[in-house]
Amino acid sequence: MPKSITLIWQLLRKHISVFELAIFFVANLIGMTVILAGVQLYSDIRPLLRGEHTLIGSDYLIITHPVKRVGINSETFSLEDVADIERQEFVDAVGAFTASQFEVNGSIMFNGRRLSTMLFFESIPDEFIDVETKEWHFDKGDKMIPIILPRNYLNLYNFGFSATQQLPQITEDMIKSVSLGINLRGNGRSDDYTGRIVGFSDRLNTILVPDSFMSWANGYYDGSDEVEPTRLILKVANPSDPELSSYLKGCNYEIENKPAESSKALFILKVCIAIIICIGLLFTVLSIIILTLSIYLLLQKNITKLENLVLIGYSPSRVAMPYNLMALVLNLSILAVSLVMIFLSQDLYMEQLSAIAGYKIATSSSMTIIVGVLFTAIIIAFNIFVINRKIRNISRKR
Amino acid sequence: MNEIKLHNVLPEIFAQRRDIDSDIWLRDITFERGKHYLVKAISGAGKSSLCSYLYGQRGDYSGDILFDGEDISTFGTSRWCDIRQREISVLFQDLKLFGELTAMQNVEIKNDITKTKSRSEIVALFEEFGIGDKLDSRIDRMSFGQQQRVALIRALCQPFSFILLDEAVSHLDDTNSDIMRDIVVREAKSRGAAMIVTSIGKHLNIDYDICLSL
Repeated sequence: MPKSITLIWQLLRKHISVFELAIFFVANLIGMTVILAGVQLYSDIRPLLRGEHTLIGSDYLIITHPVKRVGINSETFSLEDVADIERQEFVDAVGAFTASQFEVNGSIMFNGRRLSTMLFFESIPDEFIDVETKEWHFDKGDKMIPIILPRNYLNLYNFGFSATQQLPQITEDMIKSVSLGINLRGNGRSDDYTGRIVGFSDRLNTILVPDSFMSWANGYYDGSDEVEPTRLILKVANPSDPELSSYLKGCNYEIENKPAESSKALFILKVCIAIIICIGLLFTVLSIIILTLSIYLLLQKNITKLENLVLIGYSPSRVAMPYNLMALVLNLSILAVSLVMIFLSQDLYMEQLSAIAGYKIATSSSMTIIVGVLFTAIIIAFNIFVINRKIRNISRKR
Repeated sequence: MNEIKLHNVLPEIFAQRRDIDSDIWLRDITFERGKHYLVKAISGAGKSSLCSYLYGQRGDYSGDILFDGEDISTFGTSRWCDIRQREISVLFQDLKLFGELTAMQNVEIKNDITKTKSRSEIVALFEEFGIGDKLDSRIDRMSFGQQQRVALIRALCQPFSFILLDEAVSHLDDTNSDIMRDIVVREAKSRGAAMIVTSIGKHLNIDYDICLSL
């Protein structure tokens, strides 16, 4: 470091109030830690509410027309209805459920006996399916039909039916290895296929087959090309958006998989985090005011020395350098201490969160570090701006 | 820088006065590089104001001050910073030393930004001034006469075309005054610089090219 900087520091540190700087340090440390803790907590809890294995809900809504009376309802969504929904800003994507227009009969060998039942299939575009598997495809002529079942069907069997009937519980892998006999009938045709369960969905409460199979089979066994859907799946950014609910209400659509709990939980989380971050911001702003006042007071006390330094040829930026360095060191220390505190506390609560979730949650601190660095940069820039402006004013000709 | 020209300059505080009789105020006068000027004045004639204007410390005057033809009222902070480091050196009447630093540190704080003299050259000047034993003494523990000599050493630690000496020897005896004269004349000559000496009484005993009454 140049000798002049050391000498200026020796000159200007005289009136530095350790007490004022300590107050700034503590206040800004609290503010920064609260803000960053809010951000970290949000990044840690968010995957629990939104991820693939969501604890509660999702951002996909399934809508239908309400059932008004007992009997055959033929209320479907026309192309215009779908186009209108697609136009809404709060809807990211719309997918139609296509129902099978032919007879489906499924059978399985169980204890040497053949059990069979009437079934139905539905399909939706692949982008809406929350199961990733290579087996999910059907080409015309294939004799194997991949099927996705709702996960709660399996749960219903394992935790409801089998327990009361003294039957063994079954795992997902066991079911996937079983072949189903599928008979399709319609349009004067009757063919046998093999059905294979390739996955379980948390999102979709129906027996799914690939869209490619459905469009071919509806044409082949029913002769119908386009069938208007009775259910639609919507991908939305915010299921609790009031505009979305008022739109659906206005069109008299009903939400089948009410996302209330998930979106409410996410909303409450967002509100809590926002409050925490606001409190942190308040602390930070107050601490910045304290530091600014402290710097002003310090510069005022040293005004004669500052003027003399400028008069013997020092540039304002050189005079400001020790103060700028002080602001830099103070704020970077605050960021470092704050991040250490957050990472230590994160270790404590992540264990609890993983226990609640039932699996190890992968955490990322990149957002917290980005926000911390950004905030610190803003505070440092503000401090330097205040210091330099004041010294420039002192340097001006009277 | 080769010349400083004053055209019709008058401190604003004298604006209402009708009895201005000065060789500098409201006149056209040029200070040229290499010459020695003595500005004599009585108290309150604006001697320190003149130094402040020439050093860019104050701008409360009417008329024009030109450095090599350029109006100094247009100069910004960085230009003045450059002028104070390379073109004009000042021995302030109130010295503007830093009380909490030692004599040597007071010189170093200037020399470090101009890189003009080596430490041994600075020490030699202290010796020449008879204050070689005061290098590490705090300025606020030294007499005003000693401080004046330290301030002059600091003023010499830079390149300059003009040196302003505001009441340079007011607190020096004749022997020390002559030592100061010899050193300043030598340093100014080595730079080809002009000396502008102001005085209300006792002044540096040199051959002045021009004497002006303020």
